[in-house]
Parts: sequence; structure tokens; C-alpha cells
Amino acid sequence: MNRVMSNKWIIGMYILPAFLLISIFIFIPLLLSGYYGLMDWDGIGAMKYIGMENYFNAIQDGLFWQSAFHSFMLALFSAVSLIVYLAISLVLASKIKGSNLLRKIYLIPMLLSSVAIAQLWIKVFNPSNGILNSILVSLGVDNPPAWLAEPAVVLYAIFIPILWQYAGFYILIYYAALKNIPESIVEAARIDGATPFQIAFKIKLPLIMGVVKVTIVLAVVGSLKYFDLIYVMTGGGPNGASEVMASYMYKLAFSSNDFGYGSAIGFLLLIITLIVTVVVRKVTASKEELQY
Amino acid sequence: MSKKKAVTIFFAIFSSLLLISGCSGSDGVSGSGEKTIEFMHLWPEGSSKQHNEIVKEIVADFEADNPDVKVKLEVLSNEQYKDKIKVLSTSNELPDVGMTWAAGYLEPYVDGKKFAPLDDLLEGDLKDSFVSGIPEAYEIEGSTYGLPLELNMATVFYNKKIFEENGLEAPKTYEEFQDAVETLAKNGVAPIALGNKDRWTGSLWYMYFADRIGGGDVLTNAINRSSSFTDPALVSAAEEVQNLVDKDAFVKGFNGLSDEEAKSMFMNEQAAMYLIATWDLPNYTTNEDVPQEFRDSVGYFPFPTVDGKGETNSYVGGPGVGLFVAEDSDVKEEAKDFTAFFVKEWGEKSVTEAGVIPATKVDAASLDLPDMYVDVLDDLNNASNITLFADVQMNADVAQTHLDMIQSLFGKEVTPEEFAEKHEEALSK
Repeated sequence: MNRVMSNKWIIGMYILPAFLLISIFIFIPLLLSGYYGLMDWDGIGAMKYIGMENYFNAIQDGLFWQSAFHSFMLALFSAVSLIVYLAISLVLASKIKGSNLLRKIYLIPMLLSSVAIAQLWIKVFNPSNGILNSILVSLGVDNPPAWLAEPAVVLYAIFIPILWQYAGFYILIYYAALKNIPESIVEAARIDGATPFQIAFKIKLPLIMGVVKVTIVLAVVGSLKYFDLIYVMTGGGPNGASEVMASYMYKLAFSSNDFGYGSAIGFLLLIITLIVTVVVRKVTASKEELQY
Repeated sequence: MSKKKAVTIFFAIFSSLLLISGCSGSDGVSGSGEKTIEFMHLWPEGSSKQHNEIVKEIVADFEADNPDVKVKLEVLSNEQYKDKIKVLSTSNELPDVGMTWAAGYLEPYVDGKKFAPLDDLLEGDLKDSFVSGIPEAYEIEGSTYGLPLELNMATVFYNKKIFEENGLEAPKTYEEFQDAVETLAKNGVAPIALGNKDRWTGSLWYMYFADRIGGGDVLTNAINRSSSFTDPALVSAAEEVQNLVDKDAFVKGFNGLSDEEAKSMFMNEQAAMYLIATWDLPNYTTNEDVPQEFRDSVGYFPFPTVDGKGETNSYVGGPGVGLFVAEDSDVKEEAKDFTAFFVKEWGEKSVTEAGVIPATKVDAASLDLPDMYVDVLDDLNNASNITLFADVQMNADVAQTHLDMIQSLFGKEVTPEEFAEKHEEALSK
């Protein structure tokens, strides 16, 4: 078997199917969208080469930067909410009653499709019949906001289901990582007289730092390219108040019939996400991995 | 060892082959002289049951008449249909016959030479069968590229029961309309259901104000650039919209509600009025899924005159979807025959079986139709003008600006002047 695995041809053969799939569905379309970004194209008729014009326009497009700002806000909120998920997992991983059941409950949103979640939250946010405003009114709030209709609140209202949707995923990851910490280390700390807080912050957290870093990258990148709930719940409206980069790209390509410009925005989205990923990795990189 | 190697190689080749074979296309003409017409439409069984069944009947009739031609159906819902047709057209795989919208939507497809001109059908088989002026919406540079199926006009549907309870009558002038709105709002009833997340819904209101204040062609002229969008009538129409918003005329949070949600508020008697086009007519006449009691309590009135200006028989509306034939179809002649056949049969069946108004002339006297349907048909026949939906008239890019501006106007994020200027800017680009 060793001889098989050292044969370059065999290695190539093993890689080939996955490589072909990834090329056809990811790398080639990526390059193509960069190329379409150089065109004046309505997606139907003939293409016309216009050089970097779409890219220059995008850089000066206030709406694009507004939607980019919204995407970054989402990334910030997702990253900060990781702290809450971590706290929940720390509680769940310590032996409390019913942690098994709670873990499953937290995971439920992950099992629903995005469109189902969107429909659910549209009902929750309904300004006159929704559960949220009904509760607010019964608590004595006079004029509760129309959550998805007011530009000042719509973005934050829509963050709630997005964060809720992925909470279970991160809690599960942290939970698994925490469960991987050898009991003997925690035991030793306890014998040395460490308080539960000290155990959490000085022992457990440093040990799962690698996982935490990965989740930060996942949360940030996932937020930057986020699309589905926003598309279904508000379509980016009212008037762009909840538009993110991906929904703006979709709108340009499919509603405004400007495939060239949409492709350029898509390519910029890729570049921005790449840069941010590199930056996040640089910032969270530590000089030495902890060893106990 | 070599056996294992062989297996590995076999699998690698097999999976690559699977990939490649997945990419090959299929063709319209099959072997034995039998021809297949691919037909894509947007009435799925779930949401448009009656439409869906009529299509099946027409296809069955056509296949019975033409034994050597088969029609292959593909059904998608509205938004998915729009996306798919665009992707198919990019890869030159359009179905032989499909559905399209008029004017601005049609333009890029005609420019890209994707649709076949259908003038010969209009001159021949279908001569004089359309309501006059309706196929023109599908005309670009002298040729017609689509045959309309539906004809719609927007009217205000209202709940007679709620109106009675509040001592109101169907308003004829805008003053009476405002009174009705104020009375309803005062009595804690939401006056108007509006789902402005979809934005074209708000556009209907704006278009009617423009029509009443500035006349039937003021908006059309601004769009086709024979006049400017900063026309005082178009600005004051925008003002009237905001006045109405100030009076709490529309349901709470309308900018975040979809048209479906607004419709369900009207149908659950949570709002007294609802401005929508006549494609909704079956819900208030023949649709058995809607309680009889509610259907009986719904009436309609044409949009009132504003400050004595405008005519109530000038409408916002126009054709809905129409049929196109693909330019590079392998079975173009058969596809054209099918299109003509479809339009004719649709004209009869859609009236009696679906209760919608077709784009072809209807002989109302010989059919047993609901009263409201007959009234609407009368209004339509006496219409002095039908202004085509603004977002259909405009090309896709300008339409987006218009729709976004409508949402901002209703949300009071722009002034009427800014509203007009943004339109002017987008139109003159």
C-alpha cells in the first residue's frame, strides 16, 4: 500500500475527481465572473469589452459601500456573539442537568432551511399580528416599531434570526472541543485549588483557542457573503437599508439586468473576503501554540 | 496490487465521465419524424391551479389535432421562472415557446435576437382577435415579439361590510376617499392594505395619482423622454402619496410587508381597501377556496378623481404575461402554430374556467359570468386609456430606480422633488 501511495500517478488519480469538480464548479466560474466584470453585458445579448470600467464604477458606488458596511456590521455582530456561544458551551460542557437536551434544542435552527426560518421570522416581526409586537403591546409599549419596514431598525432586526440560525452550529463546535479536553487536566487544576472561573479562563479556553480562531474566520467570512435570509425577508429593502454585498450583487445581475456590473461586484466581494480572512488570521495568530 | 490500481483508475475515469456527460445538452427534434415543442410556463399546480389545468387541456387538444407533434411542459413559479429564462437564454437553450412580459422586459431579448417576430400570426390566424392596442405593448421597432394572454387593470377593491359598519359609501371623488380613510383610521380600522416590500404595489398608487392629476399620458411621456419627470403633475402626485401616508391610510409597516401578506389582511377583513389588478378577480368571484360570505362582501370602485381632475375611466394596467417563440427554435413553424392555438383556446377557457380577463376579445353575452366580472369587463371596454405598469414600461435598470424610489417615497425618506429628480437622472442616462 505504501508503494501505491508514493506513486505520483496514483495520487493524481485520487485527487482528479475532486479536483475536476472543484475546478468546474468553483475555480472556473470564479475566473469567469472576474472576466464578465470587464464586460458591458445584460446577461442576454452580446458582450462588449469595456476594460476596468465596472470595477472603477463599483469603487465609487455609494450603494456598494453602504451594503459592504452592512456586511461588515453583520460580521462584527457574528464575531461578538461567539463570546455568548462560548459561554453557553462552557456551561453545557460542565456536567449540568439536561445539558444533553439543551444541546439538541440549540441545534434545531440549524436543521431548518433558511427560507423556512425567514418565513417564521417574517411572521414574528409582522407589525400588527406578529408575536413580538403583540408581546410588546401587552407589556405596555405604545407604538412598537414595524421591524422590517423602518430603515433605522431593519438591519438589526434581521441580524437576530441570522445569529439565531447559526448559534447551534458554533455551540456544537465549542462543545465538542471542550469535551476533548482531558479530564485529568481539569482534575489537576481543581486539586491545586483553581476556581471554576479560573478553570474556564486559564485552562479550558487556552486549550481550545485553535478552534475559536477557526470559528472567528468562519463567522466573519460567512457574514460577508451572507445572502439568503436577507433576500427572502426584505429583499435588501426598504430602499437598501438592509442590503448586503451579496444581495446587492444579485439585484444588479438579475433585477437590473446588468450582469457585467454584478459580476464585478461579485469579484470584489471575493477579494474583500480574501483580504479580511488574511487579516483575521494575522490578528488571531499567536506566536506559540499552547501545550500542557 | 495491480488489480487495486486498475480499480482506482477505473473509478477515476468513471467519475470524470459522469461529470462530462452531465454537461451535454439535448435537442428538440427526435428521430422518427415526431417533433417536440418545449413549452415553459409559470403557473404551478400549487399556486395557480386553474391556470395550470387549462394549460394541460390546451396542450392535450393541440396534441390531438397534431398527432406528430408532442409538447413537453416545464413549470416554474414566477421568480424562479424569471431567473431560469435568463440563464437559458445566455446559454442559447431557450424553450421553443415560453412566457415573457411586455415592453422594457422584452427589450434585451429582442436586442439579443432571442425571440422570433410574430407579425405573421397577428396578420393571419389571429387577425382582429385581440383587444385593440394590447399587442402593441409587445412591439419593438415595428415587429411584435409576444402575444399577450392576460389583460389587467387596477381597481380599488373594498369590503362593503366594513364600509357599512362605518357609515361609508364607495367614494367617487378624492375628498370622499380621504373622508373614508380618516373615518376608518379614527375607528381603528386599517383603511388600506398595501404590501410595499414588493414595491410595484406602491407604484400603482403613485401611477393613479399621476394619471388623475396630469392626465393619462403624463407618466408615459416622461418615460419615453418626450417630456421630463420633473413635470409639476408628477411631483404633486408624489406629494399626494405622502399626504396619504401621513393620514395613516396604509396598514402599519407596509414597507416591510409583501403583497401576499397585504392580500391576506384584506381577505381576513383586517383592512377595508386594497388596490390590485384584475388578476385577483377570481378570489372575489369564483374561487371556491374563499368563503362565500367574504366574496359577497367585496365590491370595487375605480380610482376617484383628484380635485375634480382626471377621468375615472382611465386605468393603470395592461397585459400581463405573453407567449414568445424562440428565434433559434428547431421547430419554429410548429411552435408558432402552437402559440396561435394556445392564444385562441386560452381566450375561451380562461374566462369560464379561471375567471380572469384574457387579452383576446370576450363575448360576454353568450357566457354565464359572475356580476363583478361582467362589470369589470364593461369598464374595460369603456376605458378611455390604459397606462401600462411603470416598471414594465421602463427598462430593467430604470425600473429598479423607480421601485426603490417608490419605497423611499412611501417611507418618507425622500421629498417629492428628490423623487422626481432621481427618476429624471436614471431616465436620462
